[in-house]
Amino acid sequence: MKEEKKIATRQSYGEALAKLGEKNNDIVVLDADLSSATKTNIFAEKFPDRFINVGIAEQNLMGTAAGLAAYGKIPFVSTFAVFATGRAYDQIRNSICYPKLNVKICATHAGLTVGEDGATHQMLEDLSLMRTLPNMTVISPSDDTQTRWAIEEASKIEGPVYVRLARMATPVIYDENQTFEIGKMVQLGNGTDATVFATGVAVAESLKAQEELEKEGINIRVIDVHTIKPIDKEMIIKCAKETKKILTIEDHSIIGGLGSTICEVLSEEYPTKVVRMGMKDKFGKSGKAEQLLKYFKIDSEAIIEEIKKN
Amino acid sequence: MKITKVEALANIANEIRMGAIEQVYEAQSGHPGGALSCSDILAVLYFNQMNIDPKQPNSPARDRFILSKGHCSPALYATLAKKGYFEKTELKGFRKVESNLQGHPDMNKVPGVDMTTGSLGQGLSAAVGMAIGSKMDSAGCRVYCLVGDGEIEEGQIWEAAMIASKNKLDNLCVIVDHNGLQIDGTVEEVAGLVDIKEKFESFGFYTIEIDGHDIEEIIQAFQAARQEKGRPTAIIANTIKGKGVSFMEGKAQWHGKAPNKEEYEEAINELKLQQIIG
Repeated sequence: MKEEKKIATRQSYGEALAKLGEKNNDIVVLDADLSSATKTNIFAEKFPDRFINVGIAEQNLMGTAAGLAAYGKIPFVSTFAVFATGRAYDQIRNSICYPKLNVKICATHAGLTVGEDGATHQMLEDLSLMRTLPNMTVISPSDDTQTRWAIEEASKIEGPVYVRLARMATPVIYDENQTFEIGKMVQLGNGTDATVFATGVAVAESLKAQEELEKEGINIRVIDVHTIKPIDKEMIIKCAKETKKILTIEDHSIIGGLGSTICEVLSEEYPTKVVRMGMKDKFGKSGKAEQLLKYFKIDSEAIIEEIKKN
Repeated sequence: MKITKVEALANIANEIRMGAIEQVYEAQSGHPGGALSCSDILAVLYFNQMNIDPKQPNSPARDRFILSKGHCSPALYATLAKKGYFEKTELKGFRKVESNLQGHPDMNKVPGVDMTTGSLGQGLSAAVGMAIGSKMDSAGCRVYCLVGDGEIEEGQIWEAAMIASKNKLDNLCVIVDHNGLQIDGTVEEVAGLVDIKEKFESFGFYTIEIDGHDIEEIIQAFQAARQEKGRPTAIIANTIKGKGVSFMEGKAQWHGKAPNKEEYEEAINELKLQQIIG
């Protein structure tokens, strides 16, 4: 892990989107008065004629995007995850997913790591809401490199895609030449003492724990789950067979998100005990992102503690 | 082929009504009231106004129509079948498990349906997206969106109206099927909804109020909308729920109820008598 560089995935998104706009004239971008925070403003400055600000109106944001997609454009839509998936759920369901329209919902400020804004703005149920929708692909990238790939990849998928992005700056994990594949998890390390399935900002925390544990002779593997749907069943079963303990960790509710997804696969394919780490049926609170991860036990220390338990 | 004779268009509207009643009767399920109130508007749009070709239902340059009040699908399906998008015999499958004709329009299942609708208040946003798309490409498409008067109680309609106006979408025309009734009563009683024309006006629309069953007035309103530059149009069409079938007219209970055999026969007989022979 190249720890020296930190970048928020929303920043990577904004830059990747502007680049994508150069290559493809059909890309249009919509935002709901948050373009400076979601970083769609980079695209807006470059391509003002292909940027639509709909104001603080998320239902119409999704509906207008659906219309643009039905017309033949490839709309990328951004706002905070809580408004995108909560406020406009019915629009995503009925106007985008059911007709399988080519809309890319890139929601920023997901999870606790929004920080100081507090519980109303900390979306902890979006993975759960989005992955239950038929036709939807759900991507939750962990770093800068993966986000840039995810945005390019989302534009190639024919149909709706949800991309979960974070506000907080996180370490760059992957070399810029690293390749990924939709629906294929990335295995980091070969340890057999435990597997930690992680997604988004929790991947860097898991790698920190891996490093610390190694010093004590405990070898774990970290699995970066960048695609929540479709889920990589093979990797889940392989890890359950090869390692002694299974943990999942996410900056998201343990209900319905990554942890639930892993449990669903294992309970059907290879029954195994799973420890789910994340928000335990709670709302968040105000504070600094790092403090909140520690407070709610979604950090490297909590992973170490959990793995050392018998 | 554009039909210009008022009598011919009135007859088509009447056939749409008969087709809608047949579907709801066959299915013993569906929404006849609102289907009957918007039939004249659909007849004028599909047979006099829109630039469409049933042989090329996905042509990029076509005009678009969105039935935002998706529960009035029987009227849309009867219109599309009459226009030649699919066989009229398919109408018998409405709402049945083996059929493509869903309770609410599905753009991926039925040729000629430009947008999937059903959850009220969402169609106008999609229409705004299509109108913006056409403007971006200078494609010259006109986009029509039919909403119910009860439907515009949904806040999303006004979110969309605001953005239609901001983007000067003069290629967008909203038609409000103002039949005054919704499931629980009149729109005024249920939600206090009044002054619809003034509301659209204050959102920056060019507005026209018409008798939504007068073919000539409907044609003139669409022509005026075409001429208007720099802002979208809202046509407030005053209509009668259940129009054309005397026992259904003005009755909220016919919003979502299927006729029994006697009622069906009476309705069809009444509609047949309204066919103009010339």
